[in-house]
Amino acid sequence: MATIISRIFHYGFKNFWRNGLLSTATVAIMVLALLVSIGLILFRVATDRASASIQEKIDISVYFKTNVSEDQILNIKQSLESLSEVKQVDYISSDRALEIFREKHKDDQVISQAINELNTNPLQPSINIKARTPDKYAVIADYLQAPRLATYIDSVSYAKNQVVINRLATIVNNVNRGGLTLIIVLALVAGLVVFNTVRLAIYSNRDEIGIMRVVGASNAFVRGPYVVEGIISGGLAALLSLIIAAPVVYFISPYLNAFIPGLNVFKYFYTNLFSLLGYQLLFGIVVGGLSSFIAVRRYLKN
Amino acid sequence: MIVFENVFKIYNSHSVALEDVSFQVDPGEFVSLAGRSGAGKSTVITLLIGEEKPTKGRVFFGQYVVNKLTDKELPAFRRHIGVVFQDFRLLVTKNAYENIAYALEVVGRSQSEISELVPQVLDMVGLGDKGNNFPHELSGGEKQRVAIARAMIHRPEVIIADEPTGNLDPFHTSEIINLLKKINQLGTTVVLATHDKEVINNLDRRVITLDRGRIIRDEEKGKYILV
Repeated sequence: MATIISRIFHYGFKNFWRNGLLSTATVAIMVLALLVSIGLILFRVATDRASASIQEKIDISVYFKTNVSEDQILNIKQSLESLSEVKQVDYISSDRALEIFREKHKDDQVISQAINELNTNPLQPSINIKARTPDKYAVIADYLQAPRLATYIDSVSYAKNQVVINRLATIVNNVNRGGLTLIIVLALVAGLVVFNTVRLAIYSNRDEIGIMRVVGASNAFVRGPYVVEGIISGGLAALLSLIIAAPVVYFISPYLNAFIPGLNVFKYFYTNLFSLLGYQLLFGIVVGGLSSFIAVRRYLKN
Repeated sequence: MIVFENVFKIYNSHSVALEDVSFQVDPGEFVSLAGRSGAGKSTVITLLIGEEKPTKGRVFFGQYVVNKLTDKELPAFRRHIGVVFQDFRLLVTKNAYENIAYALEVVGRSQSEISELVPQVLDMVGLGDKGNNFPHELSGGEKQRVAIARAMIHRPEVIIADEPTGNLDPFHTSEIINLLKKINQLGTTVVLATHDKEVINNLDRRVITLDRGRIIRDEEKGKYILV
């Protein structure tokens, strides 16, 4: 048994080397397919980042009447924080609001002066609410409409921003769902292209397979070396695809960053190099080996 | 050891390859299957090595019922026979040495046995210095000698040769036939299919003559006679 297995591996490597041109062509196609899959992983990172940056921009602001005490506001804040839909609540007191306002308009003489002339702080205390997902804002807005809270609350920003928030929520959802569909379809295409390439390579070996059978080789002994060849091609293609992708990602990373703020694909590529290599090896080896396994089967009859 | 029992092979109503063929081959015999192209010689051989199944009738080889073997059982059965074809059927990606060694590797023989036996057999077929040559670097006669070496190295009970001289000139033809005679003298049964009149007449052994899928003559020390 051990001799048979070592011979299978020996022939797998030898055939890969001797069928140089065919092996090169197979590896080249696999590299292309794997580059697509790297592209898809990075695309996923980019869409995740894009939808996250949209989500960061959405929030609800609740403005309280000026006579409401800080304790009451903090109570409401706490009750909001206990909701499962809520991710984060920030309290902004009227003093803090004034500070922010001054900071924002410090270059505008007229406004600065006008504020200095006021004796009281006209700004209302408020809280900013961020939901876990954009589609949860409606629920939170409903909660804020409870009559119990109506006596404290002056206005809620959701009402006027409702349309925009809903639209952004739809965009985020569609980007996520569309991205996933695209990834599945393209991964399937890449897998099929590799499968067909391997099938053609084995088709050109069908006479050899017939001869091996006539000489008395068992199915495993005929098939084994082809599966080993497929695995070698897949492994090699995985390594090559990363080597090719690295400089490309390095080059396009700044351009992508300009489109989607906070996105650094090269950093992602670099920090996740080993898991990326793992995925690529898995994809290459499974698709390569399995394609060979399936493709040889039809020539193992009679 | 080989028995054909009322074997029919019908591809369709217009193409009947074998019709009620029965014969028996005993151990150590040298039997020629004669007949013109299309007489059914190759069909007898494809049925004998299990490449195809008869439409009707049974084919026996030793303890095997060949027409009942499954795809999985075929390899083990084929290790009892050695087959030589008109088109050589060598593995083009392997050199002469590896082609011959392959027949031993499939049965799981050890590396030391292989490195001892293969050079011996290469010498026997007169190719001691061509072990490293690939099939495309060999002449037709040399290729056929490699094929014979491969067919005999695992000491099969029977060597089956389907038109082994069909692609060779008269000089190489007699070389190959002498080789087959030598193998037969060592005790191996030989079944030779050929349409070459010279070959059969010079052999002076048993001849089964086929015509249009039927056996028309089966003689000890036969000659090539049609009609």
